Formats: sequence, structure tokens, C-alpha cells
Amino acid sequence: MKKIEAIIRPAKVDDIREDLVKLGVQGLTAIEVRGFGRQKGHKEIYRGSEYQVSFQPKIKIEVVVDDSLEEKVIEVISKNAKTGQIGDGKIFVSDISNAVRIRTGEVGAEAL
Amino acid sequence: MKKKLSIIFGSLLGLIGMASTALAQEEAAINWADNTWIIVCSALVLLMTPGLAFFYGGMVRKKNVLSTLMHSVICMGVVSVLWVTYGYSTAFGTDISGLFGGCDFLFLKGVGAEEANGSISHMTFMIFQMMFAIITVALITGAIAERVKFGAMVLFVVLWASLIYNPLCHWVWGGGWIGDLGALDFAGGTVVHISSGVSALVFALVLGRRKSFGKEPMLPNNLSMTVLGAGILWFGWFGFNAGSELAMDGVATNAFLVTHLAAASGILGWCVIEKLGRGKSSVLGAASGAVAGLVAITPACGFVGAFPAILIGFAAGLFCYYGVQLKNKLGYDDALDVFGVHGVGGAWGALATGLFASTAVNSGGGDGLFFGGGFELIIKQAIAVGATIVFAMVGTFIILKVVQAVMGLRVSESEEEEGLDISQHGEEGYSI
Repeated sequence: MKKIEAIIRPAKVDDIREDLVKLGVQGLTAIEVRGFGRQKGHKEIYRGSEYQVSFQPKIKIEVVVDDSLEEKVIEVISKNAKTGQIGDGKIFVSDISNAVRIRTGEVGAEAL
Repeated sequence: MKKKLSIIFGSLLGLIGMASTALAQEEAAINWADNTWIIVCSALVLLMTPGLAFFYGGMVRKKNVLSTLMHSVICMGVVSVLWVTYGYSTAFGTDISGLFGGCDFLFLKGVGAEEANGSISHMTFMIFQMMFAIITVALITGAIAERVKFGAMVLFVVLWASLIYNPLCHWVWGGGWIGDLGALDFAGGTVVHISSGVSALVFALVLGRRKSFGKEPMLPNNLSMTVLGAGILWFGWFGFNAGSELAMDGVATNAFLVTHLAAASGILGWCVIEKLGRGKSSVLGAASGAVAGLVAITPACGFVGAFPAILIGFAAGLFCYYGVQLKNKLGYDDALDVFGVHGVGGAWGALATGLFASTAVNSGGGDGLFFGGGFELIIKQAIAVGATIVFAMVGTFIILKVVQAVMGLRVSESEEEEGLDISQHGEEGYSI
């Protein structure tokens, strides 16, 4: 099993969800996060006072899938999240050693 | 439905009519229609203070939202009690050498509900004026948000209301020397806005800057609240300005119109200058511009017509925008721009009254520079503005030194970091 975490532009989350469901992904978690990368922050102006806001609002999605889906999930996320501008985000992949479905007690890939 | 309503209204009016005839026989001078209007206006003016709480509350960081609301709310508590106890008497009691009122109305002695004061009840007049005292003190609190100690702020409110507001109110409206001079202040440009604006500046200077001022971004927690607050202020301001005629007549109706137009053109002034200067007009700017226009028209609203009002409001949007920028240039931390909006807007409005006042609008007023009155009125206006500034600045400074000696003015550094909501009040605005 693989965990795929993607930090993306907030506006892209619905398209990604839709395409992941088509792939057969059974569930995902989306979290509102703030952070910075090469995009850095942005400026906000209140009554003429300029503030450099160094953390951008982003959405982080987390999805755990069977190894066989890894490439396709990455492809779907990349395709939907890409605008070509700085700030499109990043994808991180890691191994997952186990999973448990709490309701039934199923373990491993069965639990996904 | 309409018919039913008109029957109900008809019979209500009939009842009111009967009641007023009956009462008119007892107390000839009270016009109960005028009285009704001022009672309604009193409620409108009271509503400005919670409106102000929201206007200010939306602009602070989320850890200070409740404390900022509280600064306005506590004024409703403290000032109301002070006002009926001795405040009204020291402002409107029998004049003592043009400086303050006497003790005749202590504990509302002689302030009867059926006793006439002009064409309204004396008690109604006292109630209306009470609401002014509350909002004036509350205005100051915007400058000191996010770092003032709550107890110190309460003590300040007691002393400032007693020693600055009441005498000033007497000077202008209670038979004191500024009113005698012939300076015009219809609804409180000097008494309310200049006095609170410059006092706020002094308080901000004595208190010092917020820890993170100019270093970290200090983002507003919820500007939607600020826009709501500005709307409530605008609504209440109709009572503030049109009610200051103390009757329901042509001058009051004109005051209503010019109040609205100045707020409207204040929005335009601020939005235009923002667009030109920064490339974008903001909703915080629009709300600030509306308040700036309202502040500026306050002293003028009983004396100027619709088109001068549009000019006054538009210029207020511009002047207050620049007034607000001063803090970044000079480095003082007037947190929510009380001086920039109320000090600058109030001074502009008082002087603009000397430019645009016309006896065609109000025969009891005067003619300003642009209406054939020469420089006489504007000089009187300038004297009133100058005297208010000096008195409020010096008085506030002394009061602050006293409060500082008694209990200190600021919270500790760690309390400031934690936020005043938790450190001063033990509660949080947003808890997830």
C-alpha cells in the first residue's frame, strides 16, 4: 500500500476527487493547510498598510491506495493540479505497513 | 392586509393624538411628535455602540476579537450609570462661568418626563444625550486595542467621561463658551469626533505600539463583521444627526439626507484614492470611507445642503485615507485608526461647516465662506477645533498618567502574545 499526499491549489480539489473516484479510489482526506514553497507568500493591504503573508492557503489531500494504483493516482493529481505557474504544489509518496477498517476489523488492502 | 394595517395605524394615530392633546393640556410646551422622534433617535444612537464594537472587532487579530468588542460594550455599562448620576448635570446643569454645568440635575433631580425642554421632554433630552456620551468614549478604544489592560481601560473611561466629555459637551451644547462664541457644531464634530480622535492618538502614544507592530502581519480576523458594523453605524447615525435637531422638522429631514449622502460619497472618495494609489478598491476601504463621510458631516448636517454634503463626504474619504497613512510614516500605533478617521474627519467637518453652512438651509445657523458669510464663521470654527484639540490632548495625557500610576496601562508581554481574550477575559472568540 502507498500513501499519496498532495499539496494543491484549493480550487483544484473537486476535479481531483472526481477523477480519483473514477479510478476506483474509495476515500480520501482533504485538509486545509497553510505553507510556503517557491511561490512564497503574497501581499495583503489593509487601509494602506501592506502585509507580507508568508503562508499561502493550500489543500492537502491524503489517499492510501493499493500499489497498483500508485502511478495512476499520481497521474490524475498531476494532470488536474497543474497550471504551469509557480504554486501548483507537490506530491509525496510513502509506504504504508498496514490498514484497519474499524467497523469490520478487516486489515491490509482489504480495509482500503 | 393593507386595509387592516391602515385601520390599525389609523386607530393608533388616533390614540396618540388623544394622548397628546390630553398631555398638551397639562404641559403645553412638549410636542409629543417631536418627543417620539427623539426617543426613536436615542435608540438609534445607542445601536451605534454595538455597531462600533463590530466595526472594530472585525479588524483585530482573532485572539483579540472579544476584548475589542468588550471595550465598546463596557462603555454602555459604565457611562450610562455615570451619566444619570452626575454626568448629565455637569454637562447640562446651570452654567458656571462658561466651563461646566452645576449640580442642579444630580441624580436626575428635576429631570422630569413631562417637563419641557424645548419641544421635547426633559427626560428624553437627557436620554438622547446619554447615548452620545457612550459612543464618544467607545470610539477612543479602537486606538488602544490588542494591548491595553482591561481595568486600566475602565478607569480611563470613568475619568475621561467625567473630566473631558462632560465639560466639552457643556462648552458646545450646555451653554458654555464655544456655543456662546457662535461656532456651529450640529451633532458633535468637536464634542464627539475631534475629542475622541485626538484623545485616541494621545492614548496610543502613551500606551506604545503593539509588540508586533510593523514586524509581523497583523491580519483582521473577520472583515465581514467590520462591514456589518459600518452598516449599523450608518443606520444609527441617522438618529445621531437628524435627532440633533431635537425636533421632527425640515432641518431634521435635511440632516437625514445630507448624512446619507456624505456616507455615500465617503465610500466613493476612499475607493477612488485606493484604486489610484494601490490599484485595488477594498471593502475595508469602502466601509472606512462611509464612516469618514459620516464623521465629517456630523457638525455640518444641520447647516448644509445636499451638494455641499457630497463634497464634504468625498473629501473626507480622501483626507481620512491620508490621515490613516500618517501612522505608518510617523510610527505611532493607532491600532484601528481612530485619529485617522475621527480626528481628521472631525476636524475637516468642523472647518467645512465654516465653508458650506447656509442660512437658506437653517435660519438658526450661519453663512459660511462660500455662502457669503466671509471668514467670520470659519475662524470661529477653527477656534472651536483648536480649543477642543488642546483640551482633549492635555486632559487625556494627565488622566493617563494618573491611571498609569494607579495600575499601569499595558498588559504584560506574555499576556499580549496570548491575546487579550484569554488573558483579560478568560474566553475565546473562535475555538475549534
